[in-house]
Amino acid sequence: MAIFPPEDRLWWKQPLHWQELTWLAVCLVWALTMFFTMIVWHSIGDQNLSNEAYQISPDKFAERTEAMVEKYQVREEGDSGIPVVRPPAESEVYMLARTYQWWPVLELEKGKSYRLHLSSMDLQHGFSLQPTNINVQVHPGYELVMTVTPNETGEFGVICNEFCGIGHHTMVGRIHVVE
Amino acid sequence: MADSTAVSANFRTCPDTGLPVHLPAQNLIKANAVFAVVFLLIGGIQGLMVALTRWPAVQLLPDDWFYLVLTGHGLNVLLFWIIFFEVAVLYFASAILLKCRLATPKLGWVAFALMLVGAILANIAVMQGDSTVMFTSYVPMRAEPHFYLGIILFAVGALIACFIFFGTLVIAKDEKTYEGSIPLVTFGAMTAAIIAVFTIASGAIILIPTMLWSMGLIGDIDPIMYKVIWWAMGHSSQQINVSAHVAVWYCIAAMLLGAKPLSEKVSRLAFLMYILFLQLASAHHLLVEPGISSEWKIFNTSYALYLAVVGSMIHGLSVPGAVEAAQRRRGFTQGYFGWLRKAPWGNPAFAAMFTSLVYFGFLGGISGVVMGTEQLNLIMHNTLYVPGHFHATVVAGTTLAFMGITYLVVPLIFRKEIRFPTLAKWQPYLFGVGVAGISVFMMGAGTLGVSRRHWDSYFTDAAEMGLSFSYPDTAFLMMSLNGLSAILAALGGGLFCVIIVASVFFGKKREDNAAETNPIIGIGGGEAVSSYGSEGTLKLPGTMTLVAIFFTAFFLYYWVNWKYLSEVWPLS
Repeated sequence: MAIFPPEDRLWWKQPLHWQELTWLAVCLVWALTMFFTMIVWHSIGDQNLSNEAYQISPDKFAERTEAMVEKYQVREEGDSGIPVVRPPAESEVYMLARTYQWWPVLELEKGKSYRLHLSSMDLQHGFSLQPTNINVQVHPGYELVMTVTPNETGEFGVICNEFCGIGHHTMVGRIHVVE
Repeated sequence: MADSTAVSANFRTCPDTGLPVHLPAQNLIKANAVFAVVFLLIGGIQGLMVALTRWPAVQLLPDDWFYLVLTGHGLNVLLFWIIFFEVAVLYFASAILLKCRLATPKLGWVAFALMLVGAILANIAVMQGDSTVMFTSYVPMRAEPHFYLGIILFAVGALIACFIFFGTLVIAKDEKTYEGSIPLVTFGAMTAAIIAVFTIASGAIILIPTMLWSMGLIGDIDPIMYKVIWWAMGHSSQQINVSAHVAVWYCIAAMLLGAKPLSEKVSRLAFLMYILFLQLASAHHLLVEPGISSEWKIFNTSYALYLAVVGSMIHGLSVPGAVEAAQRRRGFTQGYFGWLRKAPWGNPAFAAMFTSLVYFGFLGGISGVVMGTEQLNLIMHNTLYVPGHFHATVVAGTTLAFMGITYLVVPLIFRKEIRFPTLAKWQPYLFGVGVAGISVFMMGAGTLGVSRRHWDSYFTDAAEMGLSFSYPDTAFLMMSLNGLSAILAALGGGLFCVIIVASVFFGKKREDNAAETNPIIGIGGGEAVSSYGSEGTLKLPGTMTLVAIFFTAFFLYYWVNWKYLSEVWPLS
C-alpha cells in the first residue's frame, strides 16, 4: 500500500520537521561543548592524568622502589611490617602493587608535589586513593608517572579496585599526609 | 527454487497482525527466546546473590563464591541472555517484518547449537572454580582454556545468526517482499547486526590468542593491548544492545499504537551514527591507563565529538515523539500530557517500553557520558559507579525493553495467551523500580569511592593483616538500599520468568478470533511496524517538554561532576 509516490520512499529524502531540527542543533552544540571541555581542562584544570609512562620489568621497578625505601624509611606502619617512607618534596616516589599489597606506605607533605611512580609486579591492580577519590589503573610491565599534590592532611587508604584474585579485598595500602 | 505451494505451506498468516509468518523462522525465534529467558533466570539469581553479599549486614556468600558467582552473573546476563534474545529479534525483524522466508533455517539451528554449547561450556568452566576471572578476564589473570572456548563458540554462533539476518535481507529485496526502504525496526536491527560483526571479530581477535596463551602455546599477552581489543568487543556489544532495544521501542510503539517515526530520515540517521562513530568505544575503559595519550582518549571516548551520543539523544526525542504523535492522531489531544496520561499503562509491553526509555535516558545515558569524560573518569573508574551506570543501560534499558516485547512475542509467535495478566501488568513496574534503585544506589556508593567487584566493604580481613580503611557511613546506607532494590528487581525478574514460562508451556492457546475478543495489537499496528513512512504534520508540546527536562538534568549533572573533580588532589 503505497502512501507516497515512489521517489519519496527513500528515507534520506524525507523532510525534516522543525522540532527535530531544533533538538538536533541543541544536541550538536552540547556535544561540541562536552568535547572541548575535556581539551580546555588540560590547560585550566588541576586534575589531569599524566601522559608519562614507560615500559619496565617488574624486577627493575621493585629494585628502584627498594632503593627509595632504604633511603627514606622513617618507621614501620603499625604491626603490618610495611615500611613508611618520607621522601623529600619534588622527589621520585615509588609505590608497587602486588597480590595483595601496596608497598610501601608513604608519608607526604600537604601542598608539596611528588612524582609518583606506579607499577604492578604481577596482575593488574586498581590504585583507588580514598576518600579523596582518585582511581588509576596499574599494569604489570608499565610504569605510570604522575605528579600528585596532596591538598589536605590525614590518613588516606589505597584500595585495590581491580579484581586481582581471592585476596583482592585484603589489598589495602596507605598514604599519610602531614603539614 | 521450491514451487510456490511448498513455499506457502511454510507460512501461516498471523490473525493478529495480518503478517505472513515463516514457520521455520518462528521455530528459531521460539528456541532462542526460550533459552534467553533460561539464562536470564540463572544470571538473575546470581545477580541477587552478588547484591546480597555486598549488603554489609547480610554478606551472603563467602569470598571465593562471591567472585565466582559474579563472574557467572556477568556472562549469563550480559552475554547469554541478551544475545540469545537479540538473535530472536534479528530473525523477527527480518523474516517476519519483511514478510519473507528466513535464509538457511538449518544453519540457524547450527548457530543455535553453537551458542548453547558455548554458553554451557563457559558456565561449567566458571563453576569448576578455576576460571574466576570476572567477565572481563583481564590478562595476565588466567582462566582455563574452555572458559575462553565457550565464549568463542557462543560468538561464532551469534556471528552465523547475523549473516542469516543479512541473507534474509538479500532474499527479501530479491523477491520484492517490500517496497522502497526497509521498515525502521528492521533498519535498527540491521544496525545492531552490523555492529555485532565488528564486535564479534574483535572478540575473536583477542580471545583466540588468549585461549592459546592459557593453554601455554603463546608466551605473553600485553595487558593494555588486551584491553583495547577486548573492549572493542565489550563496549561495542553494548551498542548492539542499544540499537536492538531502540528498534524494540519503535516496534512496540508501532504495534500497540500504530506509531510511525516522526521522520524516517532523522531516526535512521541516528542509527547510522551508531555504526559510524563507535568503533573505538573501548576508549571508555582506558581513560586511566598508562601509556595511552590524552589526544587518543579524548577523541575516542567522545566517539568522535560525541556523535554517537547525539544519535541516542535523537532517539530520545523521536521515540516519545512518535508515541505522542500517534496518540494525538488517535484523539488524545488534551493539553501537554493528555496523550501520556491516556497511554496504555496497563499493557505490560507499553509500560516496559516507556519506562525503559526513561530509565535508559535519565539514568544510563547521562551517567555514561559523564563517566566517559576523560578527566571525570578519574573519580569514577572501577568504583561502583560503573556497574551503577550499566545496570541502568543494560538492565533498566535493554532487559526491560526485551521483557516488554516478550509480552507481544508470546501471543503472536508462540500463539499462547499471557498467564496471570494482572501480575503481568505490575511486573515491568516492579522490575523497573528495583533496577532503577540498584543503579542509583550503586552510583551513589561509587561517588563515595566504594570499589566494584569487592567482597569486603568493611575491610575486616585487611585490618587483620595490618592496614585497614573505612568508607563513609553513607556508603553503607547506599549499599543496603542497593540490596533492598536488588530484592525488588529479583522479584520483578522472577515474576517475568514465571509468567513467561507458565504462558509458553502451560498457557491457553491463543484462538484465531482472539484478535477481536482480546486484541493485543493496536489498529494499524501490523501495517505500521512492517512498512515504511513518517508521521505527517507534528504537534509535540509534551515531548518537547520532556526533552527539555532531560537536557536540564544532563547539563546540571555534567557540571556538578566537574565541581567534584576540581576538589580532589591536583594531578598532572
